[in-house]
Amino acid sequence: MARYFWLIPLLPGASAFVLLLFGRRLARRWVAWQASAAVFLSFALTLAALARLTSAGGGAAPLSKTLLPWIASGAFSASVAFTFDELAAVMAVVVTGVGFLIHVYSTAYMADDRAYARYFAFLNLFTFFMLVLVMASDIVLMFVGWEGVGLCSYLLIGFWFDRPAASKAGMKAFLVNRVGDAAFIIGILILLANVGSSSFAAINAAPGSGLLGPGLVTLIAILLFVGATGKSAQIPLYVWLPDAMEGPTPVSALIHAATMVTAGVYMVCRLSGLYTASPAAASVVAWVGAVTAVYAATMALVQHDIKRVLAYSTISQIGYMFVGCGVGAYAAGMFHLLTHAFFKSLLFLAAGSVIHALGGEQDMRRMGGLRKRLPVTFPVFLVGALAISGIPFLSGFFSKDAILTGAFAGGHYAVYALGLAAAVMTAFYMFRLVYVTFYGSERTSLAPGAHIHESPRAMTVPLVILAVLSALAGLIGLPVLFGERANVFGRFLESSFAAAAHHLAPATEIVLILAATASALLGLGLAFLLYRRSPGIPARLAGRFPGIYKLLLGKYYVDEAYDAVIVRPLVRGAEAVYENFDLKVVDGALNGSASAASGAGRGLNVLQSGLVRDYALAFLLGAIIFVGFLLL
Amino acid sequence: MIPPAAFFVLAVVLFVLGIVAFFVKKDLLTQFMAVEVMLNAGNLAVLALAKASGRPDGQAVVLFIITVAAAEAVIGLAIIVLIFRQRKSIRTDDLRDLKG
Repeated sequence: MARYFWLIPLLPGASAFVLLLFGRRLARRWVAWQASAAVFLSFALTLAALARLTSAGGGAAPLSKTLLPWIASGAFSASVAFTFDELAAVMAVVVTGVGFLIHVYSTAYMADDRAYARYFAFLNLFTFFMLVLVMASDIVLMFVGWEGVGLCSYLLIGFWFDRPAASKAGMKAFLVNRVGDAAFIIGILILLANVGSSSFAAINAAPGSGLLGPGLVTLIAILLFVGATGKSAQIPLYVWLPDAMEGPTPVSALIHAATMVTAGVYMVCRLSGLYTASPAAASVVAWVGAVTAVYAATMALVQHDIKRVLAYSTISQIGYMFVGCGVGAYAAGMFHLLTHAFFKSLLFLAAGSVIHALGGEQDMRRMGGLRKRLPVTFPVFLVGALAISGIPFLSGFFSKDAILTGAFAGGHYAVYALGLAAAVMTAFYMFRLVYVTFYGSERTSLAPGAHIHESPRAMTVPLVILAVLSALAGLIGLPVLFGERANVFGRFLESSFAAAAHHLAPATEIVLILAATASALLGLGLAFLLYRRSPGIPARLAGRFPGIYKLLLGKYYVDEAYDAVIVRPLVRGAEAVYENFDLKVVDGALNGSASAASGAGRGLNVLQSGLVRDYALAFLLGAIIFVGFLLL
Repeated sequence: MIPPAAFFVLAVVLFVLGIVAFFVKKDLLTQFMAVEVMLNAGNLAVLALAKASGRPDGQAVVLFIITVAAAEAVIGLAIIVLIFRQRKSIRTDDLRDLKG
């Protein structure tokens, strides 16, 4: 079965094709079944291929298959070829596994939507492009997937396009990503021009073989990373992700938490050869990640929209993953990507369940006391919150600790300190969310008689599965402390990365683990104090420091700044071009030539009198001139 | 023996008469006849040249031209008759459908 691994992306692609063409004529049940089954089959194939990879006890050759040649231009060539190695396996498991659960969840969440088939077509299409991105053998095909997921993200953010905010958010996401992708394309082109081959193997080997000088490696790595900051919502291009929450909640879970936004991390890991060869680029990655982790977490502290808190949290957590990549702990970055996919999609889906129960309410100030009303959603949300906060022995604890340990071991102490600060804030804003939403008094604006109900089974079962994964997934990546062979995940990915992990003395590692645990508990305790014990404090704090509070609530006014510095001058410039060039030069030239032609016609049509004699006279004159020429 | 120049003079006179008649007259039938006169003026010139050169092939060509002209006259006259049936007029000034 594993040799059909190349069908993994194609199955959801085929399903999307059918749904796009015939979806409106198919029954809803059929649409739901087909879309979910396609992703489930991909998941089964992924597991089979993964079993093949691990069966040889590690060191098995990656599966690869060339489907068709694509570009052949002189010495350069690119083909549609898929490779399934360890790194791709991790991502493919996330995309198909979490993706399948989200498909199932969506069948119930979107049950009342008019455009059911369109939704599942886009979701399948996204899965297809994401798997192309993950399994591409060369960077050109990866870029196809990269752009494809961007397109699907745009389509799904703007899914409810009759809401102006949603279509605006979709456009914002697309345009902000264009900025990053411009740098990404330039990076790819420089890479192709110098390496001459587009395959990842050749690119990763290029710095070592002297094809790329150190300066060039740094330039390319940073250009590619700028692309990653767009796709993965890092400073300075993160602004689209909070707005992307206008899309349906399962979309936020799949695309804007678990898979697409982590594509940047995956890209950096895939090209670890470049980032290892350029310490400068690697430290840019680490610093951007660390600063983003703290910066986004501060904004999550004060937001009132339940999905926006999670969005800023996602930005912050992806910052962690980049820290892992930047300090050379690629496996730790990928590990956090995996665990984050579980607990963040869990949190989003559980938040979706809350929103569903309250009939579309997203403002936490109008929630409260839902603990008893939602007997399944509450415990699974709690598991997700504990996991992301880094409470010991849940998945987030191990992955976050692996990254922080990596930063400390690599000597990046400032980055480590930022990571620790972000960890405190993470625990704080997550438990603020838990306390405000599930504890306290009920503050819903629903009619008193309205029954707040738990979601249907199709939604709660995926939640429970994700909760179990969020709790236990950490056990595959235990710290070295638990023995040399405890980190199954790290050993699995060992051959994928150019960098070897640093090792620390066991005593140091224990101190680091205790520090991480302490910061998580500190955040949790603060949240308990402020939002459970004495709920008056937050308002007093906001009153005491109105400047800081407004700055955070206003999201540092970055949107406004971008608007003033970039968007409005561009719009004004475009209007000036429209008025002066389009209207005057382009339209003027067109209208001018048209009126010149019709004027000439009007002038010349006196010749066409319709009188036989006039024509005969012209004929006679012509004949006389002709004969005159012959005779003279 | 009539000198060849006389034939040419006659041909030119006939041709000019044809042109004048074509421009002076306003009904299609007469203008058609004027064109026929011009054609036969041309025929006469060819005949005169053929006779002067002493070769018979020029005269043969003229016989052909007369035959073809007869056929052409039939079609031309038929067209004029049809126009008259449709328009009840063969005045060329009334037939101005091609005016731009």
